[in-house]
Amino acid sequence: MKEGRSRSFYVLAIFFAAYVLFLYGPMIAIYVLSFQGPQGGLTFPMNGVSTYWLTKLFQGTGIVDLGAAFRRSLLLGVIVMAVTVVLSVAAGMAFRRKFKAQSILFYSAIASLIVPSIITSLGISLEFRIVDDLIKAHWNESFETSMGLLTSGLGAHLTWTLPFGLLIMFAIFNRFDPRLEEAARDLGATPWQAFRHVVLPIILPSVIGIGLFGFTLSWDELARSSQAIGAVNTLPLDLQGLTTTVTNPDIYALGTIISAVSFAVITLALGTIHMLNKRQAAKGSDAGKGLV
Amino acid sequence: MDTSEDILQQAAPGLIPGSGTARAAKPTRLSPSFISWLQAGPMMLVFLAFFLIPLVFVVIVSFWDYNEYQLLPAFSGRGYTDTFEGCIAQLPDLCTIAKTYLKTLKLCFLVWAITLFIGFWVAYFLAFHVKSKTWQMGLSLLCTIPFWTSNVIRMIAWIPLLGRNGLVNSGLMKTGLINQPVEWLLFSEFSVVLALVHLFTFFMVVPIFNSMIRIDKSLIEAAYDAGATGFQTLTNVIIPLAKPGIVIGSIFVITIVMGDFITIGVMGGQQIAAAGKIIETRVNALQFPAAAANAVILLVITFLIITMMSRIVDIKKEL
Repeated sequence: MKEGRSRSFYVLAIFFAAYVLFLYGPMIAIYVLSFQGPQGGLTFPMNGVSTYWLTKLFQGTGIVDLGAAFRRSLLLGVIVMAVTVVLSVAAGMAFRRKFKAQSILFYSAIASLIVPSIITSLGISLEFRIVDDLIKAHWNESFETSMGLLTSGLGAHLTWTLPFGLLIMFAIFNRFDPRLEEAARDLGATPWQAFRHVVLPIILPSVIGIGLFGFTLSWDELARSSQAIGAVNTLPLDLQGLTTTVTNPDIYALGTIISAVSFAVITLALGTIHMLNKRQAAKGSDAGKGLV
Repeated sequence: MDTSEDILQQAAPGLIPGSGTARAAKPTRLSPSFISWLQAGPMMLVFLAFFLIPLVFVVIVSFWDYNEYQLLPAFSGRGYTDTFEGCIAQLPDLCTIAKTYLKTLKLCFLVWAITLFIGFWVAYFLAFHVKSKTWQMGLSLLCTIPFWTSNVIRMIAWIPLLGRNGLVNSGLMKTGLINQPVEWLLFSEFSVVLALVHLFTFFMVVPIFNSMIRIDKSLIEAAYDAGATGFQTLTNVIIPLAKPGIVIGSIFVITIVMGDFITIGVMGGQQIAAAGKIIETRVNALQFPAAAANAVILLVITFLIITMMSRIVDIKKEL
């Protein structure tokens, strides 16, 4: 290879910088505009600087019941995160051995990832409608619906987060040294002890990554929620509803708040991952490092 | 705690005669296949309940009848005939539904081509030009973070820039390039493609980067030593080896854009018809069999595209 920086490096570096600017530029515009003064509009230039629109949202005098939608999205996000972590780690462990139906599960996950969201969402809503009709016809005529945040909504979100969780588990176990587990077994650990004291601490940073994916994907999810969530709205759905009618910076303020939560979760997760990696590096034994 | 005999048994099964059967009789020792079921079962159940069965329902309901209020569980092709109403009579002119699908394919192709171009070079830069691992991590993360924030926000973020009084228009007016605001910047096909590229280039960058990072650098050096120009190295070494990533990224982008109705709705000012929007409109009109019929058509088209692409690489092998 040539020494030093080639011309293509500089061309591509500029291209990359332009891409990053393209990614972040518009978003930054939104964050800045949510600090418009009370008289400010939807576009630049800024008409004063204030937290008027942000506080207006929190007072509940704005356009949506922010508090309720916020709590719903948060609740769903946390549950999706927990379920995604547990099911992904369990299924990831299963994939280290051959088992029947292995490829069925694998292809279901891939298909769930690439079948257009609107179809999955429509399917779930049809499924619940049919179940509702059956219940009404056979058991309880006054039955309303089984659709809801934690039934159809939770299921819809899981079809989006679980494939990511599973793929991350594949990546983890591709790099995992099974000799560590063997060593634990040789020392008399039960399978559970080997998992709890050897495997889990090693994969923990990536497991937090799965949790991060689970929460943020759910927190920002729109297409799969659209038909399958039932009567209530999540925060992104409320936001989407506003895009057609809104004329003042409320909507940017709401966007800023949703992003702020996403960023807080990302930072928290990345911080934890970093801390765990450092701890692993510091406390982990160096046994075997000098060999092979 | 385990006894030493147990430990020995773990280390060398069959060393202690007869203990193997005693071990198997213990209730805590489950058979490996049962454990696999226990571990993978819950995820399988979720996919069964919320993905596979719903898909089956989409296909079934697409053949049901309907009226203004409800689904009628009786076989009918109305979902499909309503969809293609007047299509044959109109020939050789294309009917609305055919035009809509063509428009969707066109948007899809544009977004695919642009995201592929950007994604390829961004991944190339990260994989081959950024030498330090720390920088590589940091810059990849920089590209990934926007993916973790709300899509609607990233869409509406274009409004203050592209709107009639937006930054672009006022900037162009100030420089004297135009006299009155350009109207086609927002709520147009242009803004739809722009927003889709903005949202989904990530899905192209990550798989291509993953393929590129696995390319043995000595191959590139060998090509260089053998006298290949930079362009020849690119077309004969790097692109073939990055092909799996390119195909996986393409599948993601194409399936997302084919089914998209939110971006096209918001950025098209609810004016641009697309395959996903037809489904949404039918659902809003409570015409579920027609919505399902369109979902089936969309699914078939998407499936055909994916089959074509996966002929090029074995996806499972690449993961």
